Amino acid sequence: MRPPSPSIPEKEFLFTALKQSLRLDGRLPLELRTPILSFGPELGWVECALGKTRVIAHVDAKMVKPPPERPFEGIITIHSEISPMASSEYEIGRPSEEEITITRMLDKVLKRSDAVDKESLCILAGQRVWHLRLTLHCLADAGNMLDCACLAGIVALKHFRRPDVEVIGDEVTVHPPSERAPIPLSMHHTPFCLTFAFFSAPDTAPVLDPSQLEQRLSAGLMSVALNAQRELCVVQKLGGVPLSMDEVLRIVNVAVEKAKELDQLVDARLKEDWLGRNVELI
Amino acid sequence: MSATTTTTVLPGQHVPAQHVNLKLGPGLLQHSDASTSASPSIIATRAGTLHHSANRAKWWVESNSRRYIPAPQESVIGIIVQKAGEGFRVDIGSAHPASLDGLAFEGATKRNRPNLKIGNLIYARVSLAHKDMEPELECFDAQTRKAEGFGELKGGFMVRCSLAMCRRCVLSALSSYLNYENSNSLDPTYFSWQRSLLDSTHFLLPLLGARFPLEAAVGVNGRVWVNAKDTREVIGIARCIEAVDPDGDGGGMDEGGVVELLRTLGL
Repeated sequence: MRPPSPSIPEKEFLFTALKQSLRLDGRLPLELRTPILSFGPELGWVECALGKTRVIAHVDAKMVKPPPERPFEGIITIHSEISPMASSEYEIGRPSEEEITITRMLDKVLKRSDAVDKESLCILAGQRVWHLRLTLHCLADAGNMLDCACLAGIVALKHFRRPDVEVIGDEVTVHPPSERAPIPLSMHHTPFCLTFAFFSAPDTAPVLDPSQLEQRLSAGLMSVALNAQRELCVVQKLGGVPLSMDEVLRIVNVAVEKAKELDQLVDARLKEDWLGRNVELI
Repeated sequence: MSATTTTTVLPGQHVPAQHVNLKLGPGLLQHSDASTSASPSIIATRAGTLHHSANRAKWWVESNSRRYIPAPQESVIGIIVQKAGEGFRVDIGSAHPASLDGLAFEGATKRNRPNLKIGNLIYARVSLAHKDMEPELECFDAQTRKAEGFGELKGGFMVRCSLAMCRRCVLSALSSYLNYENSNSLDPTYFSWQRSLLDSTHFLLPLLGARFPLEAAVGVNGRVWVNAKDTREVIGIARCIEAVDPDGDGGGMDEGGVVELLRTLGL
C-alpha cells in the first residue's frame, strides 16, 4: 500500500519554514547531507548513507565473450533493486514512475557518461572481455535516493579492482589476488548526481538534496550529474515548475562546487580504506 | 517503569503471568488449548522485553518495530485519507487504514458533524483492534465521553519517530509534563491513558517545556504532533526528538546532548 500524501499541517509547516530558509533537519537550503561511505571486506562493496537513506553497491566481474558488434569493449550492466524494504512507496513487480526515473538516471550517470573506460576491459579482442555487474540495493529511502545510489555506484566502481590477466598468444591466464595485485578499473572521470527540489511558491528558494517530505511536497525536481572538472553529463528535469535560464545556470554552478567537495571526500575515503587494507603484493 | 524485570521473550514463549484480574498488553496472547482442562496459558507474540506492573496484574512486551500494530485504547495520530459515507478512513501507520465514524466525536449529532478534510490530522483513541478486522477510532474519552484533547490537530507539525521512542520515552514524559503545564501560555499537552501504564520520567518534553511554551500530542504509532509559537522552535523540537530517538540520526542522545543541541540552535 502506498502511504498517503503528507498531511495538511506537515505541508503548511514545511512551506512556511522554507519561506524563512529553514529546513527541518537544520541544513541550509543548498547544503548536502554529508555522505557516509563504508566499505565491506571485498573490493567493490560500498554502503553509502545520506542521512537515513542507505544504498549498498556491489561490483563483480566475470569474463564473457563480447557481442560481435562491439568486439573491443567490455560490458557493464546495472541492476538496481528498489524493493518495499526501502520504503512502502515501492512495490514489487509494479515499478512506479519514480522508480523508472531512478533506474534510467542511474544508467545515464554511471554507464552512458562513459565513466569507466570500456575498451580497457577488453582482454582478447572478440574473444574475451570483462563483464562488470553493478548491483545496487536500496535499503532505506529517506529522500533523494537517486543521488545516494549514484554516489554508491560510482564509489563502488572506483573501489573495485579486477584480477590481473596475462595474454600470451591466445592463452589467457588469470592471476588470483594472492599472486598479483588486482588492478583498479580505468576511469575517465567521476560523475556525481545532485538533485534540487523546487517549490511552487515564488519566494521559496530551491533546496539541494531534498528529504523525503521535501521531495514529496516539491513542485519539481532537477537532477544534475557532473564531475569535478565542470563537465556536465546529465541534466534531467521532468515537468514541474518552469525555470529561467539564469536559475538553471545558478543551480549548475552550485552543483559544480558540491561535486568538487564530493570528489575530495570520495578520494579521501578511498585512500583511507586502501591504506587500511592489506592486499598481498608480489 | 514500575517494578520491571528485564526478561527477554521470543514469540511463542510461555509467560508466567497469573493474576485474578489479569490484563494483557501488546505482545501477549491468551492461548487456550481445548485438549487440556488446565488454565489457559499466556504466550508472547512478539520478541522483546517482558514487563509487568507492580501488582503483577498488567503484563506487556516492549519492543521496537517498524510497523504499528493497533491495540485497543492506545492514542494515535492519524491522517484522514478518505471520506467514506458517514465517517472517514484514517491512516494510522498500520497495515490497514482505520475507520473513524463521523459521530465518534464529542457532541457530534447527525446534523452537527465535524467537517474534516482529506489530509487533516486527528488525535484519536483506538476503540477496536482485532486482528481480523480493520481498526476503529474514536475521538472522545472512553469514560467521560468528552473530547479530552482528542480531535483535529490544527497547525503545528507532525514528527515521525520510532515506535520504541514514542512508547518508552515521549509517552512516559507526559506524566512528568503535568508540572510544566502551568508555565505554559498555550494549551496544556494532551494526555493519554498510558501515562499510568508507563510512569517513568523522560527528560525531553519537560526540558523543552521549561524553555518555551509548546503543545504536544503523542501518538503511540510513531507520530508526535508539536506546535509552538515560532517556526524555529517547532524545528528545534523536531530535531530534539530525532536526536533522542534511539533509531534516529542522533542515536539516542542523552540530556546533556540535547541541552547542547538546543544551545547551538539558539533556543
